[in-house]
Amino acid sequence: MTRFAIPVAIFVALLVLLGIGLKLDPREVPSPLIGKAAPHFELPELHQAAKTFSERDMLGKVWVLNVWASWCVSCREEHPVLLDLAAKGEVPIYGLNYKDRREDGLAWLKGMGDPYKLSIFDFDGRVGIDYGVYGVPETYVIDKSGVIRYKRIGPLTPEIVKEKVLPLVRELGRA
Amino acid sequence: MIPEIGQLALALALCLALAQGLLGFVGAARGEPTWMAATRPAARGQFAFVAIAFACLTASFVSNDFTVGYVASNSNSALPLQYRIAGVWGGHEGSMLLWVLMLSVWTFGVTLFSRHLPQEMVARVLGVMGLVSVGFLLFILFTSNPFLRLFPAPPDGRDLNPLLQDPGMVMHPPMLYMGYVGFSIAFAFAVAALLSGRLDAAWARWSRPWTTAAWCFLTVGIALGSGWAYYELGWGGWWFWDPVENASFMPWLTGTALIHSLAVTEKRGAFRSWTVLLAILAFALSLLGTFLVRSGVLTSVHAFATDPTRGIFILALLALVIGGSLLLYVWRAPKVGLGGGFEPVSRESLLLLNNVIFASAAGSVLLGTLYPLALDASGLGKISVGPPYFETVFVPLTAPALFLMGVGPLARWKKASLPDLAWRLRWALAASVVAALALPFAMGRWGALVALGLLLAVWVAASGFVQLYEKVRNAAGGASAWTRLSSVPRATYGMLLAHFGVAVFVVGVTLVKGYETEKDVRMEPGDTVEVGGYTFRFDGVRDVTGPNYVAGRAQIPVTRNGRLVTTLYPEKRFYRVQNTTMTEAAIDTGLTRDLYVSLGDSVSDTAWVVRVYHKPFVDWIWGGCLLMALGGALAASDRRYRLAARRPREEYAVAAAR
Amino acid sequence: MPRPLALLLLVLLSAPIAAKEAAPAAADPVLEKRVMTLAEELRCLVCQNQTLAESNAPLAEDLRNQVREKMRQGRSDKEVVDFLVERYGDFVLYRPPLKTTTVLLWFGPPMLLAVGFAVLLRRVRRRRQADDTGTTDADRRRAAELLAGGEPR
Repeated sequence: MTRFAIPVAIFVALLVLLGIGLKLDPREVPSPLIGKAAPHFELPELHQAAKTFSERDMLGKVWVLNVWASWCVSCREEHPVLLDLAAKGEVPIYGLNYKDRREDGLAWLKGMGDPYKLSIFDFDGRVGIDYGVYGVPETYVIDKSGVIRYKRIGPLTPEIVKEKVLPLVRELGRA
Repeated sequence: MIPEIGQLALALALCLALAQGLLGFVGAARGEPTWMAATRPAARGQFAFVAIAFACLTASFVSNDFTVGYVASNSNSALPLQYRIAGVWGGHEGSMLLWVLMLSVWTFGVTLFSRHLPQEMVARVLGVMGLVSVGFLLFILFTSNPFLRLFPAPPDGRDLNPLLQDPGMVMHPPMLYMGYVGFSIAFAFAVAALLSGRLDAAWARWSRPWTTAAWCFLTVGIALGSGWAYYELGWGGWWFWDPVENASFMPWLTGTALIHSLAVTEKRGAFRSWTVLLAILAFALSLLGTFLVRSGVLTSVHAFATDPTRGIFILALLALVIGGSLLLYVWRAPKVGLGGGFEPVSRESLLLLNNVIFASAAGSVLLGTLYPLALDASGLGKISVGPPYFETVFVPLTAPALFLMGVGPLARWKKASLPDLAWRLRWALAASVVAALALPFAMGRWGALVALGLLLAVWVAASGFVQLYEKVRNAAGGASAWTRLSSVPRATYGMLLAHFGVAVFVVGVTLVKGYETEKDVRMEPGDTVEVGGYTFRFDGVRDVTGPNYVAGRAQIPVTRNGRLVTTLYPEKRFYRVQNTTMTEAAIDTGLTRDLYVSLGDSVSDTAWVVRVYHKPFVDWIWGGCLLMALGGALAASDRRYRLAARRPREEYAVAAAR
Repeated sequence: MPRPLALLLLVLLSAPIAAKEAAPAAADPVLEKRVMTLAEELRCLVCQNQTLAESNAPLAEDLRNQVREKMRQGRSDKEVVDFLVERYGDFVLYRPPLKTTTVLLWFGPPMLLAVGFAVLLRRVRRRRQADDTGTTDADRRRAAELLAGGEPR
């Protein structure tokens, strides 16, 4: 007789699953790079094309890598948050100008303000692909040994900076 | 004024639906004839007011009333009239109203065609449908109101999504919803049967035509969606195992199991609790589909603008309706009884096997669709489950059903003999084997999968002929062939036609997947390309203007052996308002093949990338679906349902208490 | 220039260009087929409901280029897939890999069928002798009446 109860049991499990599902974002692709070494790159800088920058230059320091572009609408939302974060001076922010034109990127920073210590210029998006970038903006927190510790997909908000980024940066700084 | 009338009409419909629900349930439970009798007018009133509300929304669209927010989001003054009407169901709110309209249409149908049913049953059925209506009307009024005004009103609307500006898309949602919603009747009958404790052959006979009709609509709806994707999306694909496609396929699979199960319950009184469960599950999957499209839980091309509040509401509705009916099932199903006994080899057991196959198929589709969500919810990572999975799993699972289709209708009820069946089917088997071995060569080359597909399809068709032959041979002896053919019940023709439709469908799928060819070429004016024995010449692209778009239209004459077959005009359209580009493929439809040309990008001032396909027998896919639906329609309109409708009700009072 | 000469030039210049067989859009059609066959099993991360082969998103084009390049360099299909999974995770695969977390997914359907079949066998065997059609005495009387020559129904 208990076999009649099997459908109800399965149904209840289904309801629970769907209920949890309402809080999740099916579009978000979590990064498999968390806990792994930041992929190597050597790219020219946006402001000074003759100079190059590599993630190895940042070994020994905790830093934030922010992927942005002048054609990206959400980057405008996030920009004030980045400027604030840069002003705090707790962690250096480096920009990855993704699939952009040099003049456009420079003009954008000039108009909106530049929170970055420097920006690197990823013209064809290859480095972006290495970092698993699929939607701009994206932000990474990288520790002293060059391991990616956190990735934010989408624009940064003051809450995320306060609750996730800054505490992590402080913790990594102590290590 | 009109939108406000619409909103008021919805509120009135809600009151009437509530009355219908309460009167039906309480009236039947207490045996009050006046209350039960009142459910019919209440149901009709609900239909009238929902229809008024729908008419008001349509009027707002047709008159370009952009003060209504929903109209502004889904229409535009440059939109042609037929698409302004289709725009009514182009977005979430309007499509929910269409859903409720369909529900009230079916409800109205039940009030018309249920004279011969016992009053208590009708009251309960209408009661259940009334309460479902209440749930959805509340959903619309509280979370998805299409009549909300927008201040300040925009000067023009945001236009209907260009993908939806197409005849196929106009018909697809109404047909699909008629199907989805139609299963609520089977559901209502099941709940009514559980409540009354009366679950017998008569109940199955009442329920069957409604269920079959709903199944027909769903078949047509799914076929339209698939056909539309084929000619509209420019890639020649017709099924993507997208979550929302799966959401329509699962009720179809369960519905197919249900109509077969009802056949057994009607003929032999067996499978009662299984049939009731299938009826509940079919509607549950319809509701689940509604949930998946509108809650944002899964990504899909079909997903409407999502909102977690709406998701929670539908989930609650799902919990109440299905949870409630499944609890009722736990309580009442054990008392339902077993029905007629049967041997391990008999028509009953073969149909039961069919049920198991279709239920497992539906379960597998559900598993694949929800698995990524399950993993994500348990924090075990994010995966994707797509066509490669479904194709690997689904085809082997359902192939046995094709084999059973040949054997089942010939097997005797209660006890059948395998050797006897094998003997009667010997020619059908021979024909299928010959077809499997020989036909692929006619198409060009032999392949194992193609051979298997053809084997099963010809098996189904050939055994169908055997079934017809036997029926005619055993009919009123001595009479002319015509008399004998017309003595075969319409329902049998329905079954034969529907099964034949399945064979046609399988042939289409097998041959197109096995033998389609394509070429992706760069063409200058005057260049030619040869595909599938046809020569396509590119004559260049000229600019054309449509009602709400501008386009580049290519001219491509097609010749075969030097003779002109047709001229194709694929386009690349740019819709001004929504700022989107769309490819409009050009297709030459034929019985044995489609020629499909799609324009890529322009690579220079004169040269374009052109994609040319030769797709053999692809239209048999939708032709098969159409035959299935026709078969279902024949079966649903069988004499015995119409005769029973004329019989007086009193006779059934004799066997009432059990 | 004199009229007849101009006319002659006009006629010569507007003569139809010899029609030729169109060249494949891709530089290497065989490689392209291999790229597209693999791309059809991969998911576009931007328009998440299209395969990498169909999608027009810029990232999809970039990724197709990467796949093409790697294949041209001689990498196997598996190596290309590993390259993408390393960066984007299993999400990018439309055919879920067989891992401990997906065992239930891949073996679920045949298990469902097997369980259903087993339950069916058990029920059919148990029911072999059952004849619970529930005919009541009233029904038997009615049947007797009909058999004795009552009205056909």
